[in-house]
Amino acid sequence: MTRSRLLPLAGFALTAVALFAVAPAVLSDFRLSLLARYLCFAIVAVGIALAWGRGGMLTLGQGLFFGLGGYAMAMHLKLADAGPDGLPDFMLLYGTGGELPWWWEPFRSPVFALAAVLVLPMTLAALIGFLVFRRRVRGAYFAILSQALAAAFALLLIGQQATTGGTNGLTNFQGFFGFALADPLNKRMVYFVIAAALLAVLLITRQLFHSRYGELLVAVRDSEERVRFLGYDPALVKLAAYTVSAGMAGLAGALFVPAVGIISPALIGIVPSIQFVIGAAIGGRASLAGAALGAIAVAWAQTTLSEEFPAAWTYFQAGLFIAVIAFLPGGLASLRHHLTRRRTRATRPRPPTGTPAAEGAPA
Amino acid sequence: MTAPTASTAPAPPADPAALAVRDLRVTFDGFTAVDGVDLDVAPGDLRFLIGPNGAGKTTLVDAVTGLAPATGSVRFAGRELLGRPVHRIARLGIGRTFQTATVFEQLTVLQNLDIAAGAGRSVTTLLRRRRHLPEAVAAALETTALTAHRDRLAGTLAHGRKQWLEIGMLLVQDVRLLLLDEPVAGMSHPEREATGELLHRIAADRTVVVIEHDMDFLRSFARSVTVLHAGRVLSEGTVEQVRADPRVQEVYLGEPALTAPAGGEA
Repeated sequence: MTRSRLLPLAGFALTAVALFAVAPAVLSDFRLSLLARYLCFAIVAVGIALAWGRGGMLTLGQGLFFGLGGYAMAMHLKLADAGPDGLPDFMLLYGTGGELPWWWEPFRSPVFALAAVLVLPMTLAALIGFLVFRRRVRGAYFAILSQALAAAFALLLIGQQATTGGTNGLTNFQGFFGFALADPLNKRMVYFVIAAALLAVLLITRQLFHSRYGELLVAVRDSEERVRFLGYDPALVKLAAYTVSAGMAGLAGALFVPAVGIISPALIGIVPSIQFVIGAAIGGRASLAGAALGAIAVAWAQTTLSEEFPAAWTYFQAGLFIAVIAFLPGGLASLRHHLTRRRTRATRPRPPTGTPAAEGAPA
Repeated sequence: MTAPTASTAPAPPADPAALAVRDLRVTFDGFTAVDGVDLDVAPGDLRFLIGPNGAGKTTLVDAVTGLAPATGSVRFAGRELLGRPVHRIARLGIGRTFQTATVFEQLTVLQNLDIAAGAGRSVTTLLRRRRHLPEAVAAALETTALTAHRDRLAGTLAHGRKQWLEIGMLLVQDVRLLLLDEPVAGMSHPEREATGELLHRIAADRTVVVIEHDMDFLRSFARSVTVLHAGRVLSEGTVEQVRADPRVQEVYLGEPALTAPAGGEA
């Protein structure tokens, strides 16, 4: 009992030290900004661990929520750069008649924009979830549906060149709530904000995993029908996890914008949505540390390997994904479990296996 | 074991835990699985539902619990059940088990029971860890002799224990009506005995309906029996009455289970 309580605490302390002390000390500014980007993916992966690992919902379209959070933040930064009554630079280029579209207006307010980063994706997820889970859409159908929504959102953004920046997306941000983003010190600050956000998301998700709700979510994942006969509405149970994971993706998208300096349809469509999942799958979708580290490792490998072999990366990634799903469905995090099980099996005499009917020992 | 008298008087509809089924029909793609069944089960009864394969026993339970769409009327404690979603019917105090024990295999015995106890929990309770063992859960662990196994994953339990866990889940759920689909299938003889006694204790203040093929078990523990055949009620009464019914003998011809002292442990 105490060991199971202390270990994760030590894990968190270690993560905090690594993120706040070691990484900034040993990494160059350039590498640190790359790490900031990877941490954003880790935040998405933690949400996926909740919805997919625990809830069984294969969220192949987290790009949708990542994008909503990202665009909400980017719109505010563009407006803040433009100054009061100013227009974002790209609108001057493509021309919207010198008028700011009405739906841009509220994003001038930093409070509105920050709230929208969470509220927009979570509201949309709740709506989607309400429609989808009530109708008992699940498994591959749910995965394809969520992926289609991410693709549709990317297409919508591309089509609205004049008001969304189209394929180029929103980029070239000068400031971040009053801090100049060109200043390396402020870049470090952004990194620290992201690291803190990741820790917070990890803590929240851990609490969810170990709460009664977390147990209920596993029950719904494994036998939705049975849960219904116990008097629960499984649609609501899934809805909650899906909505929270959407909020995490939105938060990640918003933090991605100042860290990387761009949000565009290419960053939120089908391919990035699948990449979010791959990291979690390889690391271990049911394990918090596994999903987060997996996302970081895959993003890091992508940067490193695609520098060396730009053409091979996609194939390598796909191969890795298939190998993990086929041979290690629990991801790398389940390796330890497999190993310890093998060891105990070797030391303990195996109980005789019989038919279930023969197995019931007299009470 | 006091068998009810011949009449098995239909319970008045407002009785707190009475099940009243009227003209129930379930049709799948033109096949009528349940064809106008009337059934009354009074509180405190331990009713066995028997019949050859395909008689509509499980479909009847599916209809009562909201799984299979049906026409007619199913009233429990005066409330109409047909048309309500499964989880709402469950919240009215109706629980069931399945032919193959369905427990949450990736969760421990304790977690399984705790979930069964929690349909009415508030959001804040749900978001916290379990600090204390709920009383009902502790009691159910005792009743089902699973206390020693509480921290084991339910998937690793022996078959018979899984079925006990399912019954335990119904107990903590505090249902008023239990519908059990072959609860002793695959159990050893002592386990059957223990299960039967457990059902008797449970039935003291609840209504229990058991689908069962095992005729030894039926003879030992049934308080009343309903025989279904081809989606209709063929016969109803005490074990003795049903055994003496020529129509039942005809249906079970070649199946010595009811008439001969059966060694029904297939």
